[in-house]
This record gives sequence, C-alpha cells and structure tokens, in this order.
Amino acid sequence: MYKIIKKDVLNKDVDFMTIEAPLVARNAKAGHFVILRVDEDGERIPLTIADTDGDNVDIIYQKMGYSTKLLGEKESGDTIADFVGPLGQEAHIRDKNHVVGVAGGVGAAPLLPQLRAYKEQGSKVTLILGARSKEHLILKETYESFCDNVIYTTDDGSKGIKGLVTTPLEQLLKEDETVDHVIAIGPVIMMKFATKMAVSHKKSVDVSLNPIMIDGTGMCGNCRVDIGGKTFFACIDGPDFEGEHVDFDNLMARQSYYKDEEHACYLRLKNE
Amino acid sequence: MNEQTPEERNRNFSEVALGYTAEQATLEAMRCIDCKNPRCVPACPVEVDIPAFLKSLAENNPDKAFEQIYADNILPAICGRVCPQEAQCEGACILGIKGEPVAIGALERYVGDYGLARDLADISVSQEKDIKVAVVGSGPAGLANAASLRKKGYQVTVFEALHAYGGVLNYGIPDFRLPKDIVRKEISNLEKMGVTFVKNAVIGKSITLEQLKEDGFKAIFIGSGAGLPSSLRIPGENLNGVYFANEFLTRVNLMRSNTFPQTSTPIKVGSTVAVVGGGNVAMDAARTAKRIGAKKVMIIYRRDKDSLPARLEEVHHAEEEGIEMNLLYNPVEIIGEDHEIRAVRCERMRLGEKDASGRRRPLPTGEYETFDIDSLVISIGQKPNPIIKQSTQALKTEDWGGIITDEHHQTSLPGVFAGGDVVTGAATVILAMGTGKAAADAMHDYLETIQ
Repeated sequence: MYKIIKKDVLNKDVDFMTIEAPLVARNAKAGHFVILRVDEDGERIPLTIADTDGDNVDIIYQKMGYSTKLLGEKESGDTIADFVGPLGQEAHIRDKNHVVGVAGGVGAAPLLPQLRAYKEQGSKVTLILGARSKEHLILKETYESFCDNVIYTTDDGSKGIKGLVTTPLEQLLKEDETVDHVIAIGPVIMMKFATKMAVSHKKSVDVSLNPIMIDGTGMCGNCRVDIGGKTFFACIDGPDFEGEHVDFDNLMARQSYYKDEEHACYLRLKNE
Repeated sequence: MNEQTPEERNRNFSEVALGYTAEQATLEAMRCIDCKNPRCVPACPVEVDIPAFLKSLAENNPDKAFEQIYADNILPAICGRVCPQEAQCEGACILGIKGEPVAIGALERYVGDYGLARDLADISVSQEKDIKVAVVGSGPAGLANAASLRKKGYQVTVFEALHAYGGVLNYGIPDFRLPKDIVRKEISNLEKMGVTFVKNAVIGKSITLEQLKEDGFKAIFIGSGAGLPSSLRIPGENLNGVYFANEFLTRVNLMRSNTFPQTSTPIKVGSTVAVVGGGNVAMDAARTAKRIGAKKVMIIYRRDKDSLPARLEEVHHAEEEGIEMNLLYNPVEIIGEDHEIRAVRCERMRLGEKDASGRRRPLPTGEYETFDIDSLVISIGQKPNPIIKQSTQALKTEDWGGIITDEHHQTSLPGVFAGGDVVTGAATVILAMGTGKAAADAMHDYLETIQ
C-alpha cells in the first residue's frame, strides 16, 4: 500500500497528489513515469512524475476516466494499492538556446520537469499553456517562477489569447529567431499540429506519448507506437520521442480502442 | 484423469483437468515397477525422487510422498500441472515402451494439492546466516532460487516488477491450466519460510544492480524471464485488434478482464479470432479467446501439425474445445480499415528439407488466402526482458538478449548470477526452476569463498 501524503484539487477536473514511494523516488528523473493501481481490482494507469522530494513523488492527473475518477475520490492519508516506477527513459535534454514548451491542459504536468531541466542548464525557456478556460490552466505560478516568458491561451478567451496553443506558437516561430527547439505535451491532436508547425519551421520537436499501457516494462506491447514506419514501445523506448515522424493518427485510434468499455466502467462508478 | 467436458469448459475458466481421487492415485502409483536404475529421475530437471514418492503413495502415505517431492521441488502442485512430463519423467518411464507410462505428472499434482491443503510444506531453515541475497523476478527461476538459498539460511529478498508474484505463472498461464490460488498458496509457503517479497520493484529502474550491492546484497540472482514479445514484422501489426499474446494473456490472467466490468481492465476480441503461432502460449491464447466469447478461433501456423511446438495435450485440448487449425499458412499482411483490423492475408506454405531445428522448413508456394477476422493474437515467441541489460552496461548478453553465464551460472559481473528464460530464452517452468536451484548452489559456494 502506498500512502497519499498530500492532495490538492487544482480545478474541478485535475488533482495534485504526493505519494510516499521511496522505490520510485530513488532514481526518478525528468521524463520518467509511474504506473499505479487505485485498488485491488484496479487498472494499471501510467502517469508522468511531476516532481520528487525525498521519498515522495508528485503526480498530477485529470479525472477523465474511471480509474482517475476513482483516484480522485481518495484523500490525504488514504492509500492506493500499487505505485511502481520510475519507468521509461528519462527525458533527453538537448543542447539548445531557446526552448518553447507547449502544453495543453494537464500536459502542463509532464512538461514541468523537462522545461525546468532546460532552464537549469541555461537555456531560455518560453511556455505556451493552453486550456479550455482560465480555471483549467494549472501550475501557473510554478511556471511563472522560472520561465522567461509565459503565454496563455484559452478556448473561451477567459485568460490570455482566445484560441489554440498553435496560434502563439506560429507567431513565435515566425518572429523569434532564437527559438531552436519545441516540446509539445498534451492531447494527441495538439501534439500533432504543434509538431507539424515546428517541422515546417525546421525546428526540432519532442513530444511525450501516452498510449494505453499495462505492465509498463516492455512486456505487453500494448503501448506500441509507429514512428517513421518502425514500431517502438512507449514504455521502454519513450515516453518522449522526436515528434517529426510519429504516426499521431494511429496513436489516437489506439488510445480510443476501449472507449465503449471505459464508458461501461464509468456507468458502474456512477451507480455505486 | 477426469476432465470437464469440452462444451462445458470452453465457456469457463475453471481447470480442465479435475485431478485424481485418493483411490485413483494409489492405484496409479502402484503401477510403478520400481526399476533398479530409474530413468525418470535423471529425466527430471530438478531430479525429484520419483520412485520413492510413488512408493509412498502406493503405500497410502501421501504425507511422506509430499515430503519426498518437496525436498527437490518447491512447486509440486504447479509442476504437476504444467511440466511437459511426456518429454521428461513420463517420456523416460520404462512402462511407456510397451504401454502407458505411469502418470507421474498427475500424481505429482495430486500429492502437491494434498500437501497444500494440509500445509505440509517443510518450511524449516538450516542455521540462519547474516548474509543478504537478492532475487530479481518471482517467476519459477526466482522462486526456486529463493527457496534453495533460504533453506541454506540466507536472508533472501525477491523483487517483483508487477503487482502480483509468480511471473509467467501468474500473468502467462491461464487459470484453466493453472488456477491462480495454487500459485498464491505455493508462494505463501516461501513467505512462511522467511523469504521477503517486494512487489512493484523494477530492478534496473527502481533499484539498479549496483544499488542492490550498495544496499548490502552480497549476491544477486537474475530470473527476470523472457517477456519481450517478438513481432511478425509484417504490415498492419499496429492496427487496433492486434494483440501480442503477452498483452492478451496479461489482460485476462493478471488483470482479470474476463470479469470486466467488475474488474476495470477491459478486453475485446469480437467473434472471429486468429492466433498466429503453434506453441503452448498460442494454445493458451486461442483457448482464452474462446472462453471470453469468441465464436470462431483459429490457429495459424506455418508448418504442419507434427511440427507444432505445443504439448500434445494442449493441442488436443484446444481441438476438443473447437479451435480450428489452419496449418501451413504464413501471415504476410494484416489488413485494416480506419485503424482497425479486418482480415489477415496468409501465404500457403509447403514443407521442404529439414532445417537446423530438425523440423522440415516451410517454403512459400505463391498462393494466398485471406481470412476475415475481428482480432489477431501474435504468439511467435518471447525474448528476454531488456530492462536490466539497458541499465547495466557491463552485463554481457547474447545478440538476441539472453544474459551470458558461465558453468556456475555467474554472469560477467562477479556475484551476479542468472537463470531461467532470461538466460535460455523462452523454455519451460521446470527448466527455469532447475537452473534457479542449481544457481543457488553456485551462489552458496561463491558466498562461502568471499567470506
């Protein structure tokens, strides 16, 4: 059992949690993820590590599926059944001058350790953070505390630019010649278009892929992604990859394979 | 041995074989003629004293029979179910030359179950030693290694990457061949013996081999198994509805998706399923597909029936349960629409000369056939798990990923030993146990010399 040390509700859809997990914390680096199970019948769900401190590991999750909603019902002091990691490859921090981090919604969480690592190595960092509306923009203060520049976009215009993250990204790529790298983390559709834009401006671009996983150690192959016609396992080869040749359409299709079943599970949660 | 009927069992996950009654077991054990030079014992990878336990059983003393098996084999109820006895003890039995060999496997199972039900396992430990030893992986190799070292008095910790213990016994072999409560009970005997189990610990990630040494473990055994699935390398493998056998079986065996939505990991197969491959894992996947509701399940295999690597018993059971055998077909393309599988295109094969494996090589004919299917399970073998190698540059491995060991089961790193599928490539439960046990003796010698 793994103890929940702290829980903060970031907005109605997103929580922050600190879990006591020394075996995960010991070797965790930016880009690593964990797999957790809420209870004994639970699914194994992957989540990127947001931060670590001593024996504790921070995660940020969106309550969008059955298991994350169940996790959201837990409070500080409660326990969860399983919490394993650090899994995956640590993020590849490149030698770059000016990095633009693009995050959509809860993508702000996995982006955080990476952008921070760039700042620590001396790169200039700009953040473009987008969400549905003002209250869905998470980690604002944290990012503002270290980023050289922060740009917000919201679908409804309640904060920053009204529209999508690609609008300011395009402007930046056109106008700021110092920009030499983009990291895009968020919904697959957002990563797809951010990648297209970066590539069209001849900039390198990294993305963090989040396919369905079970074991997370290279055994099941559920998380396979197609990159330039070659198959990779996101759990052991990723989750971060260069975005240019990723088959995002295949990833979106694979992510939604169990949509109907997810719904069945959610109905059960509502009825209980 | 009694079995559930095929019509009944292909809709449930209960065990196919129902086991012997006490009376049947005694009668069967009495068939052993107690050869002067029993050929069955050396044919057993862990050299169970088979004539001795059969004799006890024939004398109506199952308690003693259990004690005799357990001295060499700490997982009798498991091995009695999943060992390929026809290629080992029973294959060597002298009675098999003219008639039926003694049903040693079924008897081991009977005795194993008898002992588990009555807590007969000898959990005593010889003199305690203040020396810590780490075992990586709680599959057959790791469990056998841990038990042997613990019996010698070492302080043994087993690290498991998943949330449940047993390795392939747990995530790989389905309930209808090996009920999971038997795996749990056998492992609980090791816990009672004083072996410490740590779940959710991925060695190479959560703790590196180097860190295990820093933490005071004087010797390490790697039994992390062969869990990396092999790919067909044909177009369409990433379509929805295409599974590797590992994913397919893990969803059902480990995550219990057969009871979805009571449990929360789903699985879906549609009505027509193809399983590519001819080994035991392929048979397990095909029979599982049937049990979770597929109407039509076919095995697609590129050689003929005699070449199927699966145990005869498994093939027989699969056929009884209505699994179709599409032999001499080799998949060349998985066809899909909107990212979802629709069909698999196969080339008809014919057999040529014998190849290095001693089997006749399948040759292409240029004729093709397409099967409409709703899902496809790829079951053409597994390679060693790569994580430990990735995090330990100095650990020498074969090109195909297997860890290289010397005649003492020691790797290229002093004090680090390895055994089971991670060394041999995918093999059997009992072979893995055999090397786990042998490595324990070598580790004991090593630990004696460094003191």
